[in-house]
Amino acid sequence: MKTVELRTPLDKEQVADLESGDKVFLSGEIYTARDAAHKRLVALIDEGEELPFDLEGAVIYYVGPAPARPGQVMNSAGPTTSYRMDVFTPLLLEKGLGGTIGKGPRSKAVRDSMVKNGGVYFAAVGGAAAGIASSVKEAEVIAYEDLGPEAIRRLVVERMPLFVVNDTKGNDLFEQGVAEYRRED
Amino acid sequence: MRELDVARITEAVRDLAIETNIHLPEDVKKSLRQALEKEESPLGKEILQVILDNHDIAEKERMPICQDTGAAIVFLEVGQEVHLTGGALEDAVNEGVRQGYGEGYLRKSMVGDPVMKRKNTGDNTPAIIYTRIVPGDRVRITFAPKGGGAENMSEVRMMTAADGIEGVKDFVVDRVSRSGGNPCPPIVVGVGIGGSFERCAMLAKEALMRPIGEPNPDPEFDEVEKELLRRVNNLGIGPQGLGGRTTALAVHIRTVPCHIASMPVAVNVQCHASRHGERTI
Repeated sequence: MKTVELRTPLDKEQVADLESGDKVFLSGEIYTARDAAHKRLVALIDEGEELPFDLEGAVIYYVGPAPARPGQVMNSAGPTTSYRMDVFTPLLLEKGLGGTIGKGPRSKAVRDSMVKNGGVYFAAVGGAAAGIASSVKEAEVIAYEDLGPEAIRRLVVERMPLFVVNDTKGNDLFEQGVAEYRRED
Repeated sequence: MRELDVARITEAVRDLAIETNIHLPEDVKKSLRQALEKEESPLGKEILQVILDNHDIAEKERMPICQDTGAAIVFLEVGQEVHLTGGALEDAVNEGVRQGYGEGYLRKSMVGDPVMKRKNTGDNTPAIIYTRIVPGDRVRITFAPKGGGAENMSEVRMMTAADGIEGVKDFVVDRVSRSGGNPCPPIVVGVGIGGSFERCAMLAKEALMRPIGEPNPDPEFDEVEKELLRRVNNLGIGPQGLGGRTTALAVHIRTVPCHIASMPVAVNVQCHASRHGERTI
């Protein structure tokens, strides 16, 4: 386990060096999307249309932030549960998506797709939303404003604290962690 | 009859919506601090510390603890000697939610149609309101913002008398096991046993309102709660599901009588941001 400074867009070599359990400080542009936005993104791909942002090496953060107060860049913005996006994620990884940020485990299909396509899944601490907001330096809605908290936002983050959960070798920090601390009754 | 203008209820709901989303009850914070002391996993410890630091940031900056400021669950206990004036009770509660979520810059997380359009209502209404008529001339409001991630891990099962208490225990442990890191552990587990299909789910939610550390009034169920907490923590799920000894802070059970053919059991899962507050008018 190591501590890594990462910058987006992610390149394949950097991602291949990551291992489950690594601590990452992520900087650069990332994009927010959750349930409703994913449905629309995948519909665009199916229709052969252009996406609202370049997927190559991009990082999607599963979050619906609280609305910002006047003068505030970002209000509380912790991760939402990732499994709800599992059905959409393999296609996005195939199309170049570099990484995702959320909470909770991913399906086998998503994990396999990360190995195949060289993607990474990071965990942010769920419920630590006020603290996470301080690493967001810029935020703007770039698509689907009608979705309110579910709109796609472009964020610029600086040293956002994350843990690598799934790496490109098929490791899973949830499985490793639970196996280590499980006890017989 | 005591006359009470429903505007007072609007005001109380507005204040509770804002305050419960910024400040956690002291029993929850204390329980998380104790968990940090006991946690064996270094990563688990680090996560618990991040969670505790986040409470301080939220209070200092007056930001919500979690961006998921929840569906507005409102329990009303209305004294039968109160005459409510100035409008409809449920409208007054929804107005309080509208004002609280607006003025508090809280996230609006309700969609008007659950399946087809799923369009956000824009003001976090409607609240989910449960009203009981009780003796007296007061109105007691309990406000509990409930996040979606933990609620999604909840379940009702129609069990049988033959399943017995061992069946109930296995169901609770299995439900927590299958939830893994999804509901933002360490969790609080509310268990409702008895009543009917819908009543046991209500009981499970009400069980979450009991302060952590307060024993079950029934010594037999108090023992079951302790055993379940031990078994759930032995699952190794830990903070955020990344491994550790703190999967749950508490297991709370509530029971009521039920039909001879039935044994309905509900498990309502609550994330570590166990937010609730009350006010009596």
